[in-house]
Amino acid sequence: MCLGIPGQIVEITDEARMMALAEVSGVRRAVNVACIADGPLQGLIGEWALIHVGFAMAKIDEDEAAQTLAALHELGETQEALEQMAAGDAALEGRV
Amino acid sequence: MKFASEFRDPKLARALLSAIAEKADAIGATREKPVHIMEICGGHTHSIFRYGLDKLIHEGIEFIHGPGCPVCVLPRARVDECIELAERPEVIFTTFGDAMRVPGSKKSLIQAKADGADIRMVYSPLDALELARRNPDREVVFFGLGFETTTPSTALAIQQAAREGLKNFTVFCNHITVPEPIKALLDDPYMMLDGFIGPGHVSMVIGIHPYDFIAQDYGKPIVVAGFEPTDLLQSVLMVLTQIEQGQPRVENQYGRVVPENGNPVSLAAIEDVYEKRPSFEWRGLGEIDASGLRIRPAYRAYDAEEKFGIGYAVGRREVPEVEGCACGQVMTGRIKPTQCPQFGKGCTPETALGALMVSSEGACAAYWQYGGARSAAE
Repeated sequence: MCLGIPGQIVEITDEARMMALAEVSGVRRAVNVACIADGPLQGLIGEWALIHVGFAMAKIDEDEAAQTLAALHELGETQEALEQMAAGDAALEGRV
Repeated sequence: MKFASEFRDPKLARALLSAIAEKADAIGATREKPVHIMEICGGHTHSIFRYGLDKLIHEGIEFIHGPGCPVCVLPRARVDECIELAERPEVIFTTFGDAMRVPGSKKSLIQAKADGADIRMVYSPLDALELARRNPDREVVFFGLGFETTTPSTALAIQQAAREGLKNFTVFCNHITVPEPIKALLDDPYMMLDGFIGPGHVSMVIGIHPYDFIAQDYGKPIVVAGFEPTDLLQSVLMVLTQIEQGQPRVENQYGRVVPENGNPVSLAAIEDVYEKRPSFEWRGLGEIDASGLRIRPAYRAYDAEEKFGIGYAVGRREVPEVEGCACGQVMTGRIKPTQCPQFGKGCTPETALGALMVSSEGACAAYWQYGGARSAAE
């Protein structure tokens, strides 16, 4: 629960709610970017962030993202995060 | 992975191990008289075992696994209350998957779900918000659980619900804080702790200064650390250097992610939405003053305790721990998981008595996964 996973912001989807799409290990997920917004939200596109329970919590550089992903992969955390995202999607669609 | 040569940066790992050994010798750390370093965060515990750092490191360094796993410290009373909320016919109960298998006094959330309660595992509190929007005729309760890493996420979700005027979204708030249990451990006369490795992602939110008291009032070093094996080794070296110099302080090894003063947006959301509870119960540790958060009166409409008359809103519920379960002693470093009489016998990941075996970040689960199962069988 406490390890964030790196994701790249690829699209701003709802400026008012500060929502964006992030690509996390090949999967696109809606995330909130309030904690990393320090200017126009469009400026976040292409940035890497540490994503934690659906919130981008800290900007990180691309190298840090790659190294963290490798470490998380070895810890089995990448798969766990992706499974939790899939579970969240299933909950929303009532497939529970 | 028990050899430094298998690390992503084996040269750096070897250099750090060698520097740690030199420093440990210099301060007289031996197997008989080790330096006790507590890694507070369950994520760090997991990393230590996954990469075999406990085996690779100088024998005079002993890792003590701290209480930094929110699922592990969840009292049975809270699990029971979750189930009571979830079994109300109007409720959709939403939770992170981690909490699903923690045993309550009668059953776990996963058993309650099998019995027909509408319990949904979500990835984010935002999923719970979306469920509330899509199901206006149901009450969506989100189980707010976790340390300062998840606390702002729940706060931001509550603020969003308030902006939208959602009437059917509440949070059963069980968020807890890291500094207070460390203080409780330091005040415990039986604890032998020489230094701390601080949770990196908690400090990403709160910065490093909430730990100033550890160095200033208790004279112990603390280094906020990242999660890669070389991060942990470097942090151990920094703790040892502080001990050698006799100058305890708070240091930040994880500066690439952790700002010294934390994340201002997160901190503002926390301040806006929560206030401290006078005290909060921790599994195995008992009541700790000011260690839990509740929702401020301004956001009362989003507080499940108030709306459903449950939890601390109506009084603390006494639910004793399972007899023979030594989670509390393990969490305070008094015994190792394998010294618990139930480890591998009454308590395995499939038949867990305590939360430390259930949670992927629990010390018992880490021991089990990385060799404990073998030692229990021997």
